[in-house]
Amino acid sequence: MSSFSVTEPSKRSKWVAGTLVITYALITMIPLVWILLTGFKSPADAISYPPKVVFDPTLEGYVNLFTTRTRQTQEFLDANPPQNWADDIVRQYDMVIVGPSKFGERFMNSVIIGFGSTFLSIFLGTLAAYAFSRFKVPLKDDLLFFILSTRMMPPVAVAIPIFLMFRNLGLSDTHLGMILLYTGVNISLAVWLLKGFIDEIPREYEEAALIDGYTRFQAFYKVVLPQAATGIASTAIFCLIFAWNEYAFAVLLTSATAQTAPPFIPTIIGVGGLDWPAVAAGATIFLIPVMVFTILMRKHLLRGITFGAVRK
Amino acid sequence: MSDRTVDRVAKATPVRVARKIRGLSDRAIAWIFISPTIFLLLAINIFPLIWTIQLSFTNFKANRIGREVKDVGFRNYERILTDSDTWLNMQATAHFLFWTIFFQVLIGFTLAWLLNKKFKGNDLWTTIIVLPMMLSPAVVGNFWKFLYQPQIGLFNYIVSWFSGKDPSSFEMLGSVQLAPWAIVIVDTWMWTPFVMLICLAGLRSIPDYIYEAAEVDRASKLRQFFTITIPMVLPFLMLAVLFRGIENFKMFDLVVQLTGGGPGSTTELTSINLKREAFEKWRTGYASAYAIILFVTVFGLASIYVKALNKVKQR
Repeated sequence: MSSFSVTEPSKRSKWVAGTLVITYALITMIPLVWILLTGFKSPADAISYPPKVVFDPTLEGYVNLFTTRTRQTQEFLDANPPQNWADDIVRQYDMVIVGPSKFGERFMNSVIIGFGSTFLSIFLGTLAAYAFSRFKVPLKDDLLFFILSTRMMPPVAVAIPIFLMFRNLGLSDTHLGMILLYTGVNISLAVWLLKGFIDEIPREYEEAALIDGYTRFQAFYKVVLPQAATGIASTAIFCLIFAWNEYAFAVLLTSATAQTAPPFIPTIIGVGGLDWPAVAAGATIFLIPVMVFTILMRKHLLRGITFGAVRK
Repeated sequence: MSDRTVDRVAKATPVRVARKIRGLSDRAIAWIFISPTIFLLLAINIFPLIWTIQLSFTNFKANRIGREVKDVGFRNYERILTDSDTWLNMQATAHFLFWTIFFQVLIGFTLAWLLNKKFKGNDLWTTIIVLPMMLSPAVVGNFWKFLYQPQIGLFNYIVSWFSGKDPSSFEMLGSVQLAPWAIVIVDTWMWTPFVMLICLAGLRSIPDYIYEAAEVDRASKLRQFFTITIPMVLPFLMLAVLFRGIENFKMFDLVVQLTGGGPGSTTELTSINLKREAFEKWRTGYASAYAIILFVTVFGLASIYVKALNKVKQR
């Protein structure tokens, strides 16, 4: 047993606090659990009253998410027996699978644009953060504040001139355009976070390296970068999550080739209105990577969401 | 040491030559490292801002390229500021801002305070509570639309289970009275963890000895709470409010998915109205003026707020 302390909460208050927090956590998880469950429901089960918690799970939502289907006549269906389990599922509606849906493509767009812009933000951000951290830069504070203030513009407001600019440069609805745009938005986060991480690396390491005959570049590359690896990794995850989740620019500036998943998922239409199981299936696939990253990142979460203003 | 050959040679080498050997000067490296970032920010943020200012004084329409663009002076600004719809949008935004921040601070602080009791497993539960905040607002907001369905939605079912009201008797997103609250509920669900995390950092930053000293002085727990806990967490709490305030003033994705601004224009926040003007009615000049007004408002309010925050910090 630890020694008595006046600041240690009593057993009873710990118990009460624990119960209340767990209750909140369970309530707050309901919508997320519901997304997961709905993905495995049939359309009929998804819209039943009262809402079903126990149901026969089916992969219908996932099949509908990844395929396009057409209705066929009975003769056609009789002449062409189902090829696999996915065919079996759509046959109950007298339909056949005619090809893949756009979801796979949109998901890949999210991956390409997410990773592309993250790589670029981290590359440029690390260089700038190192310079801000180690060198005397004229107007340093003003530049840093300027970098931060670019985040105050509502995305819809920035989208107007970006839309015109992209149209003139031929960047509308291209991966490159979206990567540059997301880098422009993410770089402020990257610079601020990385500067914090690099500030924490003692200067003595580099100075020792410089005395040993390293050039600045070598010292940066061989001493600072390895030391900042954890910081760089967590900053990268924050940039990735932002680009992954972004909706406003994506919906206003892309329509086909470079459209990411967030504007696409809400438009998945089934027979007679939104196909909720397919929407939920898409949401599940889309949200799970972020949840995994969040759990991996929990130690640096606070720093990431506050631009490094609160470090714990 | 100084009579080593190497050092003597080093001293004798002219600075210019030394630099060539050692590589670039620190100053040059600093600029090489910073300029790509600054260039990108200028291209993606500042140049568009300047262009927006310029467009805001014209009647330009982005969907009609050939049309002659006329300079209209401050007409766009005048029309926006005298339009009663603008003030309705501002009111909707103010309602949304006030209540989301109110609930998020209340619940977020309470949760942080409870988590700070350090019960078993509090780290695990913190991580679980944080999850909604990290997810895509558009995707999650879209799914909340499903939860809010009058007959089949889980939200209505749970409310009716507790209140005894018929689950099809109220429409969270379809009713003029309820829709502004529907968006407040989802935003609070999503962003309370943000306030909670920052408050938790604040609470953990208070050293134990302050409470020990208060205990020695026989201050009651309640008094300790109001004279130690609250003032020491306040700067953190204010920072959380600043972040939420800016974010929610810009709010677009979540609400556009949930209500699209409706019913009528009860949840038409400023960003949604801006999108309508710019990308549906294609009144680019008018929308640009609107964007500038929004930017000046956020920037102005944030600067005043930061001044207040710094005063609290200095205390």
